[in-house]
Amino acid sequence: MIFVLTIIAFLTLATAAVALALRNLIHSALLLTVSWSGIAAFYLWAGAEFVAFAQILIYVGAISMVVLFAVLLTRRSRDDFAIAPESVGRAVSALIAGGAVLGVLFGAVVSTRLPDPPTSAPVVTVRRLGLQLMSPHAAALLVVGALLTVALLGAVVLAATARRDATEDAG
Amino acid sequence: MNLSPLHLCLLFSSALFCIGLIGALCRSNTILVLLGVELMLNAANLNFIAFWRFGPAPSAETGVIFVLFSIAVAAAEAAVGLALVISIYRHQQNIRLQEANRLKG
Repeated sequence: MIFVLTIIAFLTLATAAVALALRNLIHSALLLTVSWSGIAAFYLWAGAEFVAFAQILIYVGAISMVVLFAVLLTRRSRDDFAIAPESVGRAVSALIAGGAVLGVLFGAVVSTRLPDPPTSAPVVTVRRLGLQLMSPHAAALLVVGALLTVALLGAVVLAATARRDATEDAG
Repeated sequence: MNLSPLHLCLLFSSALFCIGLIGALCRSNTILVLLGVELMLNAANLNFIAFWRFGPAPSAETGVIFVLFSIAVAAAEAAVGLALVISIYRHQQNIRLQEANRLKG
């Protein structure tokens, strides 16, 4: 059980780190898809199947496609995928800041005594999840629906401004 | 020192959070910064599931429902973020963060 968790964690962390270090944006987006699949595998390992499949549908399916479209729409020439290297000072300071946060978090987690885990995993069926979502959390579900509608309409409005206005402003 | 599975899950999620943080801080490409933020959000979701599974008083569905709502909000955030990236590209033909320093359109 711990062995499987270690493999999943190693795969997820390695692909995420390599994806954020690469200079080719398409490769980064595809490697992050692997990383998100690793997180879905973690959810499956922990026994939250519904969340795992939601993660695969939303992240591996939808968000990775949106990211790929954004990469393709914002390149400057036909084969301009590689981006210029970052400045060394910026990378070093980011590594120092991230390493400090990592050290603080690891120290806090390792030095905390956590209660013993329950022997059996909590069982959650899709039927019970649906009943919970529809009766006690119905208001939150409606709010999330409204939020998604407004956010996606706003995204369309932001991204689909008339091309003519932009060129007129530039000219 | 004996680490429980909950400890390992928390270490996993803090490492993922820090990878996202370093990526968001050191890259100057807007899309990569957004992906770093997404990784940090995913690390938070990992913590919800870890505490739901191994926590002291597991209630039946609370953690799972929290993660579902969190994923929905993250999807909305990614859509708006990438629309902003495309709109920045329209204005200055470039998505480097250093050059997006004007409020004027």
